[in-house]
Amino acid sequence: MGEAIVITSGKGGVGKTTTTANIGAGLAQAGSKVALIDADIGLRNLDVVMGLENRIVYDLVDVVEGFAKLRHALIKDKRFDNLQLLPAAQTRDKTAVSPEQMKDLVETMKEEFDYVLIDSPAGIEQGFKNAIAGADKALVVATPEVSSVRDADRIIGLLEANDKRKPYLIINRIRPAMVKRGDMMDIDDMIEILAVELIGVVPEDEAIVVSTNRGEPAVMNQNSRAGEAYRQITRRLRGEEVAFPKLEEESSLFGRIRRMMGLKG
Amino acid sequence: MFDLFARVFGREDASKDVAKERLRLVLVHDRASLSPQVLDDLKTDLLKVISKYLDIDQEGFQVEFSRHDESMALVANIPIKRRRV
Ligand SMILES: Nc1ncnc2c1ncn2[C@@H]1O[C@H](COP(=O)(O)OP(=O)(O)OP(=O)(O)O)[C@@H](O)[C@H]1O
Ligand SMILES: [Mg+2]
Repeated sequence: MGEAIVITSGKGGVGKTTTTANIGAGLAQAGSKVALIDADIGLRNLDVVMGLENRIVYDLVDVVEGFAKLRHALIKDKRFDNLQLLPAAQTRDKTAVSPEQMKDLVETMKEEFDYVLIDSPAGIEQGFKNAIAGADKALVVATPEVSSVRDADRIIGLLEANDKRKPYLIINRIRPAMVKRGDMMDIDDMIEILAVELIGVVPEDEAIVVSTNRGEPAVMNQNSRAGEAYRQITRRLRGEEVAFPKLEEESSLFGRIRRMMGLKG
Repeated sequence: MFDLFARVFGREDASKDVAKERLRLVLVHDRASLSPQVLDDLKTDLLKVISKYLDIDQEGFQVEFSRHDESMALVANIPIKRRRV
């Protein structure tokens, strides 16, 4: 029996879909059998981030309505045989499925896959309720900004109210240089405010834009710092103990001299 | 290096501290607030309990959230006609 993990945030555009794609590819790369569900009905995107948009025949709503069999709707990834995507419907809306239906679907998929990752839409309405319905675990994505952290706090409260286990936090788009000069909240600030366990810190990285352009998750790019962060999250999800590296990418001579002088950072 | 000097010589607060403080305050309110429907339910329940002991002027019965900087309070105004017990 596999595990269902929902990736959610409250606020839109903070990196849920990017996170789902990368963790999915990361888990598959590590050998797990993985299914991704795009639960953002009406605004489907996970397919393009994964580079699978041309393979879609059926979608989640077709399956729920009994119009298509699950195995016919699942799309095989180009790179990994053990990674599949169930795309969202594009011409329907969030009310096309109910939380109960989602729960049944996820339950069925857990029999076949080690991990079922669910990409949640933004918001706290029905789309969110559908996305969390079948999940055993939740990852809350937040960027180091007031509005994003505030919305994450709301989502954490709602997950609790829905009897979900305490979620894990992914901090996305952190910019070490800004943190260093005190112009961006750091990891400790966010953990202290949200009082949840951290499972990953993903830096702002141009490689994300490039990899999204190409439809190839950055987790497969050995030179990407965000890719490295996603590889670490993957290992943590698989139960490995992985230390959080210091949020410092600075390797300039100047930086080293500063550290030698005992100055902060 | 410039930042370091700027900090030492009293530049304005680092903006992340401003962000943190604003978040702290807004979350005090967010975490305590109830939706209007739930607040209505609470009022109904409250009225039921208090009415066991006191005869209340329902017209003047008021329950509201009161915002303070550091905290949130539920403030009730319950005009009493007479006791029941
Ligand atoms: N670490 C990062 N570095 C740089 N760009 C990023 C990073 N994470 C996400 N982005 C970019 O931010 C944008 C929004 O990301 P994404 O679509 O994953 O967010 P989302 O939370 O799924 O949005 P929505 O709420 O609309 O579903 C995308 O253009 C993505 O490429
Ligand atoms: Mg998305």
